Amino acid sequence: MAYVAIADRDHEQHLHDPQTFITKYVWSQDHKVIAIQYSLTAIFVGVIALILSGMMRLQLAFPDSFSFIAPQDYYQFVTMHGMIMVIYLLTALFLGGFGNFLIPLMCGSRDMVFPFMNMLSYWVYLLSVIILLASFFVPGGPTGAGWTLYPPQAITAGTPGTTWGILLMLVSLGVFIIAFTMGGLNYVTTVLQARCTGMTLMRMPLSVWGIFIATILGLLAFPALLVSAIMMTLDSLIGTSFFMPAMLEAGEQSEHTGGSPILFQHLFWFFGHPEVYIVALPAFGLVSDILACHARKNIFGYRQMVWAIVAIGGLSFIVWAHHMYVSGMNPYFGFFFATTTLIIAVPTAIKVYNWVLTLYQGDIHLRVPMLFCIGFIFTFVHGGLTGLFLGNVVVDLPLSDTYFVVGHFHMVMGVSPVLVVFAAIYHWYPKITGRMYNETLGKWHFWLTFLGTYSIYLPMHYLGILGVPRRYYSYGPTEFIPESAQSMNVSITYSAILVALVQILFFINMFWSLRNGPKSGGNPWGATSLEWQTTDTPAKHGNWGPKLPVVYRWAYDYSVPGEAQDYIPQNEPPKGDAQGFDPGHPHEGPHHA
Amino acid sequence: MSIFRQLTEKSWATQGVVGEINDRSRGLGPAAKTMLGFFLAVLTSMFFLFVIGYRMRMAMPDWEPIADPGLLWFNTGLLVLSSLFMQRAKLAAQESKISVVRNNLSVAGVLAAGFLIGQYLAWGYLHDAGLYAVNSPAAAFFFLLTALHALHLLGGMFVWAYSTFRSWQKIEVVRIKLSVELCTTYWHYLMLVWIVFFILLLAT
Repeated sequence: MAYVAIADRDHEQHLHDPQTFITKYVWSQDHKVIAIQYSLTAIFVGVIALILSGMMRLQLAFPDSFSFIAPQDYYQFVTMHGMIMVIYLLTALFLGGFGNFLIPLMCGSRDMVFPFMNMLSYWVYLLSVIILLASFFVPGGPTGAGWTLYPPQAITAGTPGTTWGILLMLVSLGVFIIAFTMGGLNYVTTVLQARCTGMTLMRMPLSVWGIFIATILGLLAFPALLVSAIMMTLDSLIGTSFFMPAMLEAGEQSEHTGGSPILFQHLFWFFGHPEVYIVALPAFGLVSDILACHARKNIFGYRQMVWAIVAIGGLSFIVWAHHMYVSGMNPYFGFFFATTTLIIAVPTAIKVYNWVLTLYQGDIHLRVPMLFCIGFIFTFVHGGLTGLFLGNVVVDLPLSDTYFVVGHFHMVMGVSPVLVVFAAIYHWYPKITGRMYNETLGKWHFWLTFLGTYSIYLPMHYLGILGVPRRYYSYGPTEFIPESAQSMNVSITYSAILVALVQILFFINMFWSLRNGPKSGGNPWGATSLEWQTTDTPAKHGNWGPKLPVVYRWAYDYSVPGEAQDYIPQNEPPKGDAQGFDPGHPHEGPHHA
Repeated sequence: MSIFRQLTEKSWATQGVVGEINDRSRGLGPAAKTMLGFFLAVLTSMFFLFVIGYRMRMAMPDWEPIADPGLLWFNTGLLVLSSLFMQRAKLAAQESKISVVRNNLSVAGVLAAGFLIGQYLAWGYLHDAGLYAVNSPAAAFFFLLTALHALHLLGGMFVWAYSTFRSWQKIEVVRIKLSVELCTTYWHYLMLVWIVFFILLLAT
């Protein structure tokens, strides 16, 4: 009998049906449950990282006031905050969370192609989170090497957490990469092979495109992190000299010979720069879909948007050394990487123009997800433009170790994706839960978060131009830093605490609405893409009832002239073809994937 | 449809069912094959970066080349033969000859196990020559590259063991055809990786 991938099977009884509470909610192979597991775990560690940043801000605003924040604690907070936010929150949430939830629903398949491996992916991810958090409880605490973990300092005495902390960090990253690879292989295979009838590549919503290309980036870039983690673990544990140079350690000649710390930097950033786009591309995709839906207008330049995603993905592999200008390099290399960095701004700018042009003359509904998306356009343009400064070698050198960089990357990689996360959670909340959230509370959440984060990061650019260095525990009396800079630090801290507290509104809204929100119905926004056309809301196991959907059009038929309704779902047959298309019944067969 | 045609489709202008209906007409075969293709891309990225790391580390002043044990030539021969027998097993599976599949799979597995034992013995040669991971960066890379390659082969041995075990039971070939095919692709891939590593180790 012909083999039929699980995502393509036509009857629910042939799926891995959950039988008990455990198989339904704990060891679940359903992509929607796994998505929620991924998301909740990621948000949980994200809150821990948020608290760490609050502690850092307290120290910066009121140095020497808190006995529980010693210098080594501060560096541990910096390190864990950065690593958690970038990898364990954003990567896991966009790909493990939204990727898992949206790919099968938007592509019209029953589940991921390999559901068991998908389940394993989550549990291995959870293991990596547990290993990471365990480092708070080991002797010496977590590593304080900074999120980039540069050797030699990361494993040399004097840095916090060189005994246990760094090892747990490296092992946790290795485990995370295994989890990501299992999930990622599933996402790309599902997109390529399990789309329903009629869903051509160019009919896929941009969310799927963003997640798909980001996953490919992750699959090719994470090995660089794994390679550096393996070699650094060996340097640290058995005393090899892959990265560790010959040097004096605590006044004595170390046992290491002549390793190359620069090699680590190249490997790290060969992963680290694509990582920016692993987070950004899904965000681009989600924003495009949410904007089009709430502006009741087709996305402007769909093909350009797809090509831009692919181009950004390709270019992201040849810009990594712009993170290393201060490490020193051949001037021609610097020239090359500055050029590629500026070139990548072109497809990115195309995307921004197209978002704005999508809004132009649209029927804009300023609902909560839309507000977050428009907020994203502001913060992303802001962070992108300061990126042009830092992409140039001569401008980067004086600014690289200042707060300008902190302001830049938090704008572009912190605030922007997080605004999209909120937009997406609000937008798909009715589909996930079947309930509507509280709109007023959501709007308060948006405005306080948006204005609050601006008042955190905008002043940081100014501090950076003043020359205030980043990574310092406290400044003491420093001639070139005026006292007003310290007042600004205090104000930034107040804003940061405000923004952190405002997130409580979000959690209250989500949990309260889970039981008390009004029923949302299947398609409250009048959206066209397939996930809104499921027979049940929330979608049941197998997603589509007895028959898989058939797709007749692209995902952006909003406000089509001459139509009574201002949207046409993807699975609605064209006029004059009222019967629709019968794909027939694929053969059933044993599942031996 | 070519990928270029697919990516230039003006999807806003067409309605109705266009495109393909199932995996077979998309020309991609079973999902597991696509997944293996991506997995090999992941491994290629990783092994490639190790090679880059090796070349960059070589440029440091403390690098001293080491004499590679001659045993590696013998091991390479074993791995090439193993790959060859895997290929024969795959061809036999396509012709539904279960006993031929069984014999070739078994021989391929024994040869691969021989390769792994040979690699372990090669480690012993380095060890006896006083070359350790801590005192020689070249030896450190030797141990690292061979160990990683061996670990991946060992992982493949699980799929091999499954297919071989099933092939000894009285089953239809079609039930193990896919896993034999996947296993063979993986074997060829690891053979190529080893040859690249071997050339790198010999040349430096």
